[in-house]
Amino acid sequence: MDALWNLIGDDLPALQIAMPLLTATVCVIVRRPMLAWAVAMFNAWGAVINASILLYRVWTRGTISYVEGGWPVPWGIELRIDLLNALVLLVVTSICAIVLVAVPRSIADEIPREKHYLFYAAYLLCMTGLAGMTITGDAFNIFVFLEISSLASYALISQGRTSRALTSAIQYLIMGTLGGTFILLGIGMLYMMTGTLNLVDMADQLALLGLNRTVLVAMACLGVGIGIKLAVFPLHTWLPNAYTYAPAVVTAFLAATATKVAYYVLVRFSYSVFRINLTFDGTHPNAILMVLGIAAMFAGSLVAIYQDNVKRMLAYSSVAQIGYMVLGLSLANEAGLTGGLVHVFNHAIMKCGLFLVLACVLLRMGSTRLSAFAGLGRRMPLTFAAFVLGGLSLIGVPMTVGFVSKWYLVLGALEAGLWPVAVLILASSILALVYIWRVVEVGYFQAPPEGADEVTEAPLSMLVPTWILIGSTLVFGVYTSLSAGVASAAAKMLIGGGS
Amino acid sequence: MSPATAVGLAVVWPLLAVVLIIVFRNRPNLRETGTLLTGASLFAIVAGVILPSVQAGGRPRFDVWEVLPGLELAFEVEPLGMLFGLVASGLWIVTTFYSIGYMRGHHEKNQTRFYICFAIAISGALGVAFAANVFTLFVFYELITLSTYPLVTHSGTKEARNAGRMYLGILMGTSIAFLLFALVWTWLATGTTEFTPGGILAGKVEGTPLMILLALYAFGTGKAALMPFHKWLPAAMVAPTPVSALLHAVAVVKAGVFTILKVVVYVFGIDLLAATDASRWLTWVAAFTIVAASCVALGKDNLKARLAYSTISQLSYIVLGAALATTAGVMGGGMHIVMHAVGKITLFFCAGAIMVGAHKTEISEMDGLGRRMPFTFGAFLLGSLSVIGLPPMGGSWSKWFLMLGAAEAGQWVMMLVLMASSLLSIAYLMPVVVRGFFRPVPVDDHHGNGIHEAPLLCVLPPVATALGGIVLFFYAEDIWLLLMGMVP
Repeated sequence: MDALWNLIGDDLPALQIAMPLLTATVCVIVRRPMLAWAVAMFNAWGAVINASILLYRVWTRGTISYVEGGWPVPWGIELRIDLLNALVLLVVTSICAIVLVAVPRSIADEIPREKHYLFYAAYLLCMTGLAGMTITGDAFNIFVFLEISSLASYALISQGRTSRALTSAIQYLIMGTLGGTFILLGIGMLYMMTGTLNLVDMADQLALLGLNRTVLVAMACLGVGIGIKLAVFPLHTWLPNAYTYAPAVVTAFLAATATKVAYYVLVRFSYSVFRINLTFDGTHPNAILMVLGIAAMFAGSLVAIYQDNVKRMLAYSSVAQIGYMVLGLSLANEAGLTGGLVHVFNHAIMKCGLFLVLACVLLRMGSTRLSAFAGLGRRMPLTFAAFVLGGLSLIGVPMTVGFVSKWYLVLGALEAGLWPVAVLILASSILALVYIWRVVEVGYFQAPPEGADEVTEAPLSMLVPTWILIGSTLVFGVYTSLSAGVASAAAKMLIGGGS
Repeated sequence: MSPATAVGLAVVWPLLAVVLIIVFRNRPNLRETGTLLTGASLFAIVAGVILPSVQAGGRPRFDVWEVLPGLELAFEVEPLGMLFGLVASGLWIVTTFYSIGYMRGHHEKNQTRFYICFAIAISGALGVAFAANVFTLFVFYELITLSTYPLVTHSGTKEARNAGRMYLGILMGTSIAFLLFALVWTWLATGTTEFTPGGILAGKVEGTPLMILLALYAFGTGKAALMPFHKWLPAAMVAPTPVSALLHAVAVVKAGVFTILKVVVYVFGIDLLAATDASRWLTWVAAFTIVAASCVALGKDNLKARLAYSTISQLSYIVLGAALATTAGVMGGGMHIVMHAVGKITLFFCAGAIMVGAHKTEISEMDGLGRRMPFTFGAFLLGSLSVIGLPPMGGSWSKWFLMLGAAEAGQWVMMLVLMASSLLSIAYLMPVVVRGFFRPVPVDDHHGNGIHEAPLLCVLPPVATALGGIVLFFYAEDIWLLLMGMVP
């Protein structure tokens, strides 16, 4: 292990970005769909192993700093991995790899075969951008990787089989570009004030500088820009369409990664760059983010209740779940931030699992409307059981990951002395019960329409990844040292004002 | 087998039945034999291994896993949990016999699913009974809710679906909104959720917040059917009768009142509540529920609906016992868990037997039925006496101790409430017996006057539990001695 580490260990962080970039071009060269898939799989699972090693390293030996091209910090570009982004990186790469298993069968019906190699190339480029945003220690680099991942995701979304996919992709493109521009503006102003782009260095300079009007405007620009990418209510309008009309696996992939990385960037700026005393004026909860988070929890869940398309319903549920994360961040205490961070992990696996369930339903029923769920309990029992379990996790039933997140969030709210917020968190869980159970009732009680075709269970290549994720929601609901353990250590570090 | 291992084993033991049921799903006789054998062996474990240890003053403990730092999944058996565990596992056997008769006699569908969910619910009930801390209790409390949902909605009709919605909405809603809140609050205030003799809250939470916390626990436990969160129980009567009998007279609802009683004794501590008077408001809510539910029961013509409201009323006896915060009160409450379970399950068994044997559900249609079904109506009479609280039935003792508890607390009004409730229960239960035995058979009934009971497996269980009620009258002292270990 140590010998291996000495050989290539130092370059592992760079591989995390270089590999998918390289294999994306390989996909374009090989062109044969299954070969391109094999290349992507090789890369994706390699990235998972790489991310696991990195997390283990950070856990045992502390922050890893990698200087690109040997240019010393703060002049060169640094890749900097601490507990916070090591966890996010593991989530992103794992989701990439697990979803990829289901991709060939799922896109076979949705995307023309001759475009498959391009799909894999875009998928890997998106992964490059997300991994890059996660581990880079350079503010401008964040913007660059953000654009890489965004452009790739516009391409992926536009592959949906209805023409609405195109308009959704354009809507996302416009919103995303706006967001990117705001982020660039913010970074530019910070560069103007501090003369540096390195995040650690920037934080040190800002600590000396304190708040002034330019820094405040930079904060605002970054908040709005990241807020759009993160789909914080009320900047979430692109999300429901993009999620609904994208190919099923793309939704599963993006729902679990893109917004999570955006959340990471928000945490990074509010806790590491501006540090807790600038963002939160000491340790007071941030009222703006808190209000937006709570509004998202309720608006998202309430709208979800009235959706006829289950995919759209889960998209609105994502808006609500992002609200939980933002709320956790806004509390500015250890338990609350732990809740937000652990929800990145937890929500990624449960929502990805649920969207994969919808991919199975779409494959067999040709639709994800509520009517397609009629009698699903008998027609596709394994798929439907996965939906029920994933749904219970969204509600936050104990022994599922949802409970772990909720526990920390409620604890954080009570520690901050905000019991009404705790009440609201719990009340919104009941809304989740309502929208999930609507679907469960249809699947469980409603008979399939007369003369409906025989339907078989989804193929194994899709059921296995689905159940890996749904199974994880149960496993990590009980075994929490990886998710909550790392999240709470990361929160402790961030509250303490570390890197 | 050491008692500690037995505790862990007992909770997962009913899941063994699930495996057997799935394996033998196409051979009903073997399938039901599997359930019966599991039930019998479970009772042997609970009564044969765990009970002696607890009687000897032991507190067998089984640690499973620490989910979050300080939040542990663990089991520890103390007298109250012992009692509830005995009731749930013992009556499971009787109910399985009854289920065989009822489900086949009534030609119900999806029997495999029915037996599976039933077994999981029993596992949940034992988990609640043996939970070592509030967190573990909460986990199994939710397991009971989820596993009984398919039982409530068994028939799949529109009515069943709506009932299921209310069932899940109220039980899960209250538990997430209030019980979980109380759990987090308790943990935050004390750093633990362990059930500890004498309570853990003394000196940690005081004044009005203490009352609010108690309210969160009392109303968060929707299964206790405290008004205004009682509507799910009558709605759940749409389920097959064995479900109403074991779950909605014993396992589910008793899990609710058991939770309140256990929290009052081991989290609040009765000394703290007695000293601060923080539970006085709860005595009034319980008293209101007792009287109001009895009055509603009077007006119900459907037998199962009447029994459901009677259950709501009787459950609040136990809540009242807890809220009185006196030794006699909580002991009487604990005793009432057993006595009411045996009495009410008898009544539900009889209601189901009448449904299977004579296809009658409304009380007004039962004129003269007692002469055709003498055993069923005889058992109904004994069960009624136990619920009313008259000798020679076990129910008289628990009522006696509850009265004593009210006197100890100096709450004379509560004594009056208990007496009034006894009178009301005579008024809503006795007419059934009187109609059955003394009213003439309607002229348009052509069944004749011969004895025509439901299938044997539907009649024997109520007779057995009715006789059990008499046995409990004479063995109440043993329960009393066991429960003595609960109060320091």
